[in-house]
Amino acid sequence: MPMNAGTFILVAVVKIVIAVFVLLTACAYTVWLERKVVGHIQNRWGPTRVGPFGLLQPLADGLKFILKEDLTPPYVNRTIYILAPMLALTMALTSIALIPVGPVIHAFGISTPIQITGVVNSATGRGADINIGLLIILGITSLGVYGIALAGWSSNSKYSLLGALRASAQMVSYEIALGLSLVGVLILSGTFSLHAIVEMQQGTWFGFIPKWNIFRGQIFAFFIYLMAAFAETNRVPFDLPEAESELVAGYHTEYSAMKFAMFFVAEYANMITVACLASILFLGGWSGPVFGPAILQALLPVFWFALRIVFFMFVYIWVRGTLPRFRYDQLMGFGWKFLFPLALANILITALVVAWRA
Amino acid sequence: MMPVATTFFFYFLSIIAVVSAIVVITRKSPVHSALALITTLLSLAGLYLMLYAPFVAAVQIVLYAGGIMVLFLFVIMLVNLEKAQLEERFNKQWQVALIAVLTLGALLIFIFEKGRSVFPQTVTNFPENTNTQVIGLLLYRDYLMPFELASLLLLVAIVGAVVMAKKRV
Repeated sequence: MPMNAGTFILVAVVKIVIAVFVLLTACAYTVWLERKVVGHIQNRWGPTRVGPFGLLQPLADGLKFILKEDLTPPYVNRTIYILAPMLALTMALTSIALIPVGPVIHAFGISTPIQITGVVNSATGRGADINIGLLIILGITSLGVYGIALAGWSSNSKYSLLGALRASAQMVSYEIALGLSLVGVLILSGTFSLHAIVEMQQGTWFGFIPKWNIFRGQIFAFFIYLMAAFAETNRVPFDLPEAESELVAGYHTEYSAMKFAMFFVAEYANMITVACLASILFLGGWSGPVFGPAILQALLPVFWFALRIVFFMFVYIWVRGTLPRFRYDQLMGFGWKFLFPLALANILITALVVAWRA
Repeated sequence: MMPVATTFFFYFLSIIAVVSAIVVITRKSPVHSALALITTLLSLAGLYLMLYAPFVAAVQIVLYAGGIMVLFLFVIMLVNLEKAQLEERFNKQWQVALIAVLTLGALLIFIFEKGRSVFPQTVTNFPENTNTQVIGLLLYRDYLMPFELASLLLLVAIVGAVVMAKKRV
């Protein structure tokens, strides 16, 4: 049933509000999880004071960010200094709009997929999204580097500038491995539409091995993607742009209060976005057992999807608590001399297998 | 479905593209110019979307706005800007500029007037969901030879750049 323009806009606005609220809350609680898990890895308790298990700590952090003095150093390039955190946050929040987190739901006589840019295909009744969705997400995340680069340049401080230079070189280098690692999946599925990619991964072999892309020979691609994603989001062991032992805080050295918080939220939102992409492309998206009454059937896929995200967040934090930082030449060598050829070999082999089967 | 590609969006994107292109050449700070150039490239991506070419639009964002311009900015950040801003920015070469502008203008007017008979009238409109496949088939089947030659040329250029940048081989 096609809906009229008013309902369409209303549904879109509701979806946007929910997505932004959920994403920001998820970012806040990823920070809580990180402090808790890293604390336990290092034999400490992590936050315990605010609320049970420190669960209200993100709220206290947010309050602190708002109440702290918002310093603008006199030597900065003012326009770009203010623009940079906004750019970083905008790009981080925009890319989530293209990510489907569940199948079509039916509520109040309206059917809509759980995705901001998705619509229902009126012929099949299934979710449909723009066929170029994956590339647009890559494009928006590659624009995210401007926030970091401009922040470092406009701060007019050598630590910030060095951090920004490292960030742009690193992100441009690892974008190649990241993009190439997705090509194998694209060859297998033959579409850029994230909905269609998830639909192809439903079902199991022999009743227990799920038909996820990671079990279809894309396991190397998955690890290439994971490592490149770590580098793209500037996480340990690739956190050279903000290496605190040498660069104070890297590109956001001169930022304080809410402007700093915007970079912080952007980093965590980016982590969640790449985790969403990893689960859609390699781990079957929201596929999982669905049972029970209608309301449970509608919500269970979203739950399975969220479970994968939590798993990825845990891996991020686990790696952070375990590994030391790369040296800069090791970082570049790893990206160009190891991940890049491996990704190319993966494409070649996948293409050969697909061509041989056809 | 109502068409989204209305005249309003065409003029909206075109005005952004033209205005920021003018900003590129008039601003003193190279960083401001680079930012304006990024805006131009992004609005061009929007115009490609209006021509129902989503793949070209996405590649425009990924490659030009997200890749090449980052490297531009990277180089600009390394330049001593105080020194660069003191230098003469417009070379007063009126004769050459006039000839170039007049030639380009004449070419554009000629295309506008006579183009209808030279270029095909019908717009080849591929459905959105097969657009990428059509581009892939064209590149890798129909025009495979030119495509490979172009990539060889690019490879030679890269090798040349590395050799020139390296101090001692």
